[in-house]
Amino acid sequence: MTRLRRGALIALTLVMMTLLLLPLGVIFTQAFARGWGAVLEALTDPEAVDAIRLTLMVAAVSVPLNAICGTAAAWCIGRFQFPGRALLMTLIELPFSVSPVISGLVWVLLFGANGWFGPWLDHHGIRVIFALPGLILATVFVTFPFVARSLIPLMREQGAGEEEAALTLGANGWQTFLRVTLPNIRWALLYGVLLCNARAMGEFGAVAVVSGHIRGQTLTMPLYVEALFNDYDWVGAFSVAALLSLLALVTLGLRFALERRMGSSRRDIV
Amino acid sequence: MSLELRDLRKKFGPTAALNGLSLSVPRGEFLALLGPSGSGKTTLLRVVAGLEFAESGAIEIDGRSMRDVPARKRGIGLVFQHYALFRHMTVARNVAFGLEVRPRRERPSAAAIRARANELLDLMGIGELAQRYPEQISGGQRQRVALARALAIEPSLLLLDEPFGALDAKVRKNLRIWLRDLHDRMGLTSIFVTHDQNEALEMADRVAVLQAGRIEQVDTPDRLYAEPVNAFVHEFLGESVRLDCVVADGVARFHNIPDVCLPTGCAAGPAIALLRPHEIGLLPGPGPAHVESVHAAGPMPRIRLALAGRIVEVLLPEGAALPMVGQSRGVDLSRARIYSAA
Repeated sequence: MTRLRRGALIALTLVMMTLLLLPLGVIFTQAFARGWGAVLEALTDPEAVDAIRLTLMVAAVSVPLNAICGTAAAWCIGRFQFPGRALLMTLIELPFSVSPVISGLVWVLLFGANGWFGPWLDHHGIRVIFALPGLILATVFVTFPFVARSLIPLMREQGAGEEEAALTLGANGWQTFLRVTLPNIRWALLYGVLLCNARAMGEFGAVAVVSGHIRGQTLTMPLYVEALFNDYDWVGAFSVAALLSLLALVTLGLRFALERRMGSSRRDIV
Repeated sequence: MSLELRDLRKKFGPTAALNGLSLSVPRGEFLALLGPSGSGKTTLLRVVAGLEFAESGAIEIDGRSMRDVPARKRGIGLVFQHYALFRHMTVARNVAFGLEVRPRRERPSAAAIRARANELLDLMGIGELAQRYPEQISGGQRQRVALARALAIEPSLLLLDEPFGALDAKVRKNLRIWLRDLHDRMGLTSIFVTHDQNEALEMADRVAVLQAGRIEQVDTPDRLYAEPVNAFVHEFLGESVRLDCVVADGVARFHNIPDVCLPTGCAAGPAIALLRPHEIGLLPGPGPAHVESVHAAGPMPRIRLALAGRIVEVLLPEGAALPMVGQSRGVDLSRARIYSAA
């Protein structure tokens, strides 16, 4: 019986490893099919450089924005009891339960040429859809839950005691946040930011809807991979894909380190 | 500094946490707030500290209204029940916090802050713990750190919420004496919350007994013990024997206990007679009390009597002649306090 169980476990592990590692292996072998030179060439192509720059820009705006809003939301939910708290929790998780395509589509419906605010925006010469603002909006929406979700359980567990102590000792709100709240949540916050960033750079569905696929202008890395793939540019597609995979691996490593740190010490060693 | 509270009211949903509470605490007093859980003790502390707000009523410190003064400007030291130490700071940084967050013009130099923190830790007898983190020290030590942190801002008023609640009995006893001594030496004005009547009676200059958001009685420990104003205070302050009686024509009489009548100023009608176990006397002759058991171990013999349909515990004075189990004896209830049952 135990032997059977052990066998089953080993088989399962092998299957999982194959399912996870094989695609990763394929990406790298395909990318390097024609050697380092081809990979470098593909990654330094002006369009590729534009895609990388755009992805970094989108992440650079949406990740800090979500870090701030997510912390504020987690603080409200974790520290206070108020009517509508459960509803707010559900709303924060909404982007996880909605298909990314819908998350993109809502912005088109709001700001697209035929959307609610489309004509007004058009009149004032502001482009949201098929432009950077649209990409940022879609990314912010999709990645909003990460920070809030990683903070809420921790903040609820910690309670408001230390913040109240800081207040009675004469600290103002800002000092309390910087000296007491933030240090207590920093690892969880970093963890949330890490996941948020990984998703912001890797998001495909929502971004695809609002992008308009204008080469060199609105193609983020995941979209650029698809475009190259459709052009039968295997080496190019897999080179950019390999770069994205590297990001995923780095995220995974950092995440592992952070989880160990958060688990091993509640006090948070500097 | 002196504290004046007038007619404070606050509700949590339908229940009143503070129900028209008034209290005045003169400078230098060590006052205990005593009451069962849910009586509003902690809420009162939090309202005074500015962490919660009363719906009506006034708080004055040295005659100055605290209505528009936020918690951080009240200069009140609050020691939380579970200490609420900053877990990511060393003990020394915890103590220095209140000085470090001061505006630049009022802030002492970094060296002065460090010196002050060390001085306070030495005063608390835990100078060697300065570089430890809160999770690396014991409960009693955390208590002292919390106190040092609150004292660092030189508070005009010190509030302590169940300061010994989380400590074991032995540490508790030592800290009591130490804290009372500290209060006197530093010339503080302190209010501490407790649900332990011995703690309150032993430490405080005056004790305020709370029930359901109101103060039932504020008095010195000896007067409170000797002259409780009502049955609640009597029963809350210590072991009590309760007997039902009826007041008519200025005397209380008991059912099933003939020949006992006690003069009282209580209004006519059903009433309650309350006595401490040591206040009941055993008369030599036969009478209405039936001796159920006798425990002579300990300084005062403890007798269980069946009296007026209930079992009553009596403490006899040391060296008193012991009754025999099964005897019927008369009882002296003359020290009973009579309270109207209405």
